[in-house]
This record gives sequence, structure tokens and C-alpha cells, in this order.
Amino acid sequence: MTDTTSNTPVADRARAAELSAVGRFLKATELDTRMLGMVGALLVIWIGIHLLSGGLFLTPRNLWNLSVQTSSVAIMATGMVLVIVMRNIDLSVGSVEGVIGMIMGVAQAEFLIRVIGFQLGNPWLWIIALAAGVALGLLIGAFQGFVIAYMEVPAFIVTLGGLLVWRGMAWLITSGRTVAPLDATFQLMGGGPRGAIGASASWIVGVVACAAVAFALLNGRSQRKRFSFPLRPVWAETFLGVVACAAILGAVWIANSYPWPVGIVRQYAQQNGITIPEGGLFIAHGIAIPVLMAVAVGIVMTFITRRTRFGRYVFAIGGNPEAAELAGINTRWVTMKVFMIMGVLAAISAAISSARLNASTNALGTLDELLVIAAAVIGGTSLAGGSGTVLGAMLGALLMQSLQSGMVLLGIDSPLQSIVVGAVLVVAVWLDTVYRKRV
Amino acid sequence: MEKTTPTGTPLIDMRNISIAFGGIRAVDDASIDLFPGEVVALLGHNGAGKSTLIKILSGAYKRDAGQIFVNGEEASIANPRDAKKYGIETIYQTLALADNVDAAANLFLGRELKTGWGTLDDVAMEAEARKVMGRLNPRFQRFKEPVVKLSGGQRQSVAIARAILFNARILIMDEPTAALGPQETAQVGELVRQLKADGIGIFLISHDIHDVFELADRVCVMKNGQVVGTARTGDVTQDEVLGMIILGKCPPGAIPGPGALKIAA
Repeated sequence: MTDTTSNTPVADRARAAELSAVGRFLKATELDTRMLGMVGALLVIWIGIHLLSGGLFLTPRNLWNLSVQTSSVAIMATGMVLVIVMRNIDLSVGSVEGVIGMIMGVAQAEFLIRVIGFQLGNPWLWIIALAAGVALGLLIGAFQGFVIAYMEVPAFIVTLGGLLVWRGMAWLITSGRTVAPLDATFQLMGGGPRGAIGASASWIVGVVACAAVAFALLNGRSQRKRFSFPLRPVWAETFLGVVACAAILGAVWIANSYPWPVGIVRQYAQQNGITIPEGGLFIAHGIAIPVLMAVAVGIVMTFITRRTRFGRYVFAIGGNPEAAELAGINTRWVTMKVFMIMGVLAAISAAISSARLNASTNALGTLDELLVIAAAVIGGTSLAGGSGTVLGAMLGALLMQSLQSGMVLLGIDSPLQSIVVGAVLVVAVWLDTVYRKRV
Repeated sequence: MEKTTPTGTPLIDMRNISIAFGGIRAVDDASIDLFPGEVVALLGHNGAGKSTLIKILSGAYKRDAGQIFVNGEEASIANPRDAKKYGIETIYQTLALADNVDAAANLFLGRELKTGWGTLDDVAMEAEARKVMGRLNPRFQRFKEPVVKLSGGQRQSVAIARAILFNARILIMDEPTAALGPQETAQVGELVRQLKADGIGIFLISHDIHDVFELADRVCVMKNGQVVGTARTGDVTQDEVLGMIILGKCPPGAIPGPGALKIAA
């Protein structure tokens, strides 16, 4: 295996020799320093809050809840990356989430049961409700995208209108009445003890994910070898693989260290005829279903941005709209598709948020548009267009949520919470601007 | 003089092209043709209508009037995709590169190579990019960086590489050497000769006649949106061409166009 590193052109190696140890490490691993900075900031916030709260933050229970709370915003943030990369903005996502949550709630709790005559607990209830929600998200996105792309109304205006229109619609559907409870299966999307996949399944997911990481690294390597391109040194590849697998398995371990509450264990034991041993019965939550959904969305969206023509076009249009047009890209259709994706993601988030509440309220998702945009921007998406990553936006969502739940744990009043979140947003973007100038 | 006149069907024949932007006739009844293996230089001041005329051919603008024939058959060119279908490739003055993506992504923008799964085949695209860039600019190594980080000359070679990558039959070069140093300019000249030998027709747009006089077979001068005249480079002097550019005066060696200065007989 020693010959693999010698594929590096001589010039590259000479340049590498001039770098410091850290520089060499970053070059060999091809890690993004911005992303490392974000992970660093996240760790600082976590450890800081952990110490300030007297050890309440970095517990399996809190981290598990944090992961569930982050899912909804993280899912929408992945779509917002595409929207912002194309130099657009979507202010309507919170309201779209609200109206779709309402439709899904009414569909499963009232319409399908009273009008169509489904029995409670019919598995089709949640499937139809979810499908209707996703379809509606697609339609709303297509409509807004059409007005933006083909009628040439600025996205800011169209979605500002959408912010008001869809929120109003959400109210109109039930005249402001809250719809509850939701279908039992639908509720699983909101997390909770039953809305998690349990210990063994979580380990399986973790191991499969590690295998996927290893496969991706090996595949990338063999592809580059096929065309004899420069390769990363073997130690760097191994390092990346080990770190990624450790992170995945660590997350699974944490999720599996959070037991069901005693009351639910008792209920479960009764239902299944299990006698609870003396020390209590430890049943792990495992990974929450909304978190799995968010991870799946993250993977799909990363795939779309990096491996498909459509994703390439989104970035090219964001970098230089005129050049993209001259290259023969149908920029309008791409714009419309981006908003359609955003609509679908808002629908998925609506399912998670309303399932978590176990109710559809017309206030669902209020102000989420700002959290989503902030997450994308903190995650390194440039408002000037052309750059941003899905992973960064999801980390941004996690960072915002960490701050918020952390402040709740610390007992900080909600006005002060807003002040801190607002200040962090501005400082984060300022730091990013400084960073971009230096690189 | 007769023996060098190209015969047969022109590769490109643009007839009576007009386009107006808000009352300004940017191109006014312009006709121009191009034969295989020929280099036609399009000269004129800034704002003479050269770039606009050529952007009609490359599909960036839609003409108000006139016809375009490719290989003798009328072509309908409504957008850049149509033009590319006819084998018309353009190197724009602004280069028209997506600054935030790398060289290979720019080379294949709009025509990406795909794997059997329908995903982008970045490795194959990079391999092709390395091949074509090796021909144009052998020292180029920065394939992983967004083109915004490249030097002017490197960016220019990316733009040129993109145009020749897809076996163009007609190449439009709008101020191709504007950002280049003397050595790179010479390289572009060499490339033009090479492409010409392959039978590709080239429109060369410039406002500097020295730049193009030795490369071009014919010059076509535009002024105020109209064609002043067309001439074989052997039949006119550089001074005469300058007179065409500045005064619109058509010398005896040139075929006058609608824009030629009318001298009272």
C-alpha cells in the first residue's frame, strides 16, 4: 500500500511540505475547516452549558431530546440551503408547515373518520394523511416557485405573501380550533418512548451506517485510482473512517443509554405480561424516529446536491445565473423545482411537529422560517448565493436548538433567550465573513 | 484572389439580422457568413453591435428579424441549447463561468457525464477535463478548486476548453485574449490555427485589429449596428480597416455593407 501516496504529483507534495503540521493534516484529510469550526463551536456551547447547568446538559436524556427537537428545523434547513444557494429566500416555510399540519390533522382525526367512515386505528389513516400533506407541500411549493420563476416576482415578496396567506389558511380550516388527538401510528413520527426504534435496531442502524462510510471511502478511492488521480494518504482515509464510525456508534450508544420512564415501562410490562425485576427494567429508547427521518432527509439532500445534475445546476445558477443560462440550463424550471422540494420538506417537518404535539394547531411552525434561515446561514450558506452545504445547515439547526434548550435548562427567561439567539446569529455570520476574507 | 475565395455552402449564413433594445437598433440588417476552416474577424468599436450579433447566433438573444442558415439549412435558434445542438460553441467575453464550482463542473455545465445510475460521473468528467486542459494549459493542476480562485489566464483556458470539448463545428470567440498575457495569447493563436485546420469555422470578435489580422481570413467591420463592409485580409491594409472601424469608409478591396459611408457621387 506504500505506493498509493506516491500518486500525488511532485508539485503537490512540495507544497504540502511547506505547510505546518495542522495544515498538512487538513490537506491530507481534505476536511473543511469551516465545518470543523462549527463542530468546535457546538462542543464549546455543549460543554459550557453542561458546566453552567451543573451537569444537566450532556446527559443521554437531554441529548436525546435535543436530537428530537432539532429534527423538524434541520429537515427544512436542508431545503433552505438550496433556496438560498440559488439567491432566493423562503419566508413561508413556517406557515406552510402550519397549514399542512392542520390539513394532516383534520384528515386523520376528522375527515377520513367522519366523512369517509374509516375506523380509528386504520393504518391507512396515517398513510393517507401523510401523503396528502406531502402532496400539498409539493403543490404549494410548485405554486410559489412558479410565481417566482415564471412570473418573475421576487422570492422575498412571494414567500412573504405566503407567510401571511398560509398562516391565515391554517386558521380558516378549523376556524382556529385545535385538532387532537392524532392517529397512534402517526404520532410515532414525533418521537417519545414509542416513537423510537429500540436498542437492537439502533445498533443495526449504526453498524450499517459504519459499513456505508467504509464503502463510500473505499469506493471513492478506487474511482480515483481508476483514473490515477491524486489520492488521500491511507492514514488520512483511515482516520476519517474511524472518526465517522466513532461518532455514529457514539450517538447510538447515547440514544441507547436513555431508558424509558418508569411509568411507561410498568405499562409495557403489564401489557406484555412481563414481571419487572427488582432493580427496575431497563428499556432503551434507541434512535428516535424523527431523528432517523432527519438523517434520511439529510442523506437524500446531500446526494441531490452533490451527485445529481439538478444539484449541480442549483449551485451553478447561484454562482453565476447568466453563465448557467448561457450554458443551456433551464434556470426557471430548476428554481421551481427547488421550491417544490422546500414544500415537501415543510410537509415532513409538519408531520414531525404535529405528531410531537399530538395535535394540529394553527400556530404550528410559527417563526420557524426564521430558525430555518438562521440554521442555514449559521451552517455556512452564503446569502450571496452559490455556496452552502446540507450537513452545515443541519449542524446549524443543532447549534441553534442546543442554545435554546440549553438556556431553558439554565432557567434563562425567554426574552433573554431571544436576545442571545439573535446576537449569536449575527456574530456567527460576522465570523464567517471574516473567515471567508482570509481564505 | 479568386483561388482563395471559399466556395460551396457556408457553415453559417446570417441574413438581414436585426435586433432592437428599447428603441436602440443594436444590430440593423446585418448579414455575415462563415465557411468551414475559415476565421472571420468581426471588428468594430465597443457598442458597434459585434457582441450582440454573435449572441444572436449563440442563442443568448432572440433576433427581431432575419434568418440564420447552418450548412445551407435554415436553423431555428431560440436559446443557447439550440445553438449547441447545431455545434455552435461560444467563448464569451465575460467567460460565463460559474465561479463557485470547479473546472470540470464548468466544462461540462449543462452537459454533465452520468454514471449508469444516472448520477454525476465526476471522476470521468475530471479525467476528460485533465485531458483537454492538458492540451491547452499543460501546467494547470487546480482541478479541485472553484474557478473563482484561478488566475485570469487559467479561467480563460477553462472557458476555451469548454468550447472545444464538444467537437464544435462553429466557434465564436468574443475577445478571447482580453485577459491573457503574451505567451497565453500566442497559445490561443496556435489553437485557432489548429482548429481551423480541423475544418472548424471561427468567428473572432475583437476591437483590436492587430490582434486578429494575422489569424483572420476575412474581416467584417461593424459600426452603429450595421455592417460597414467585409474584406479578405489580403485585400486591405490595416489602415484601411481602421478607416472602416472609425469612419465607416469602405475601401475598394472590400465588399460594402449597408453601413458603409455613402459618398456623394
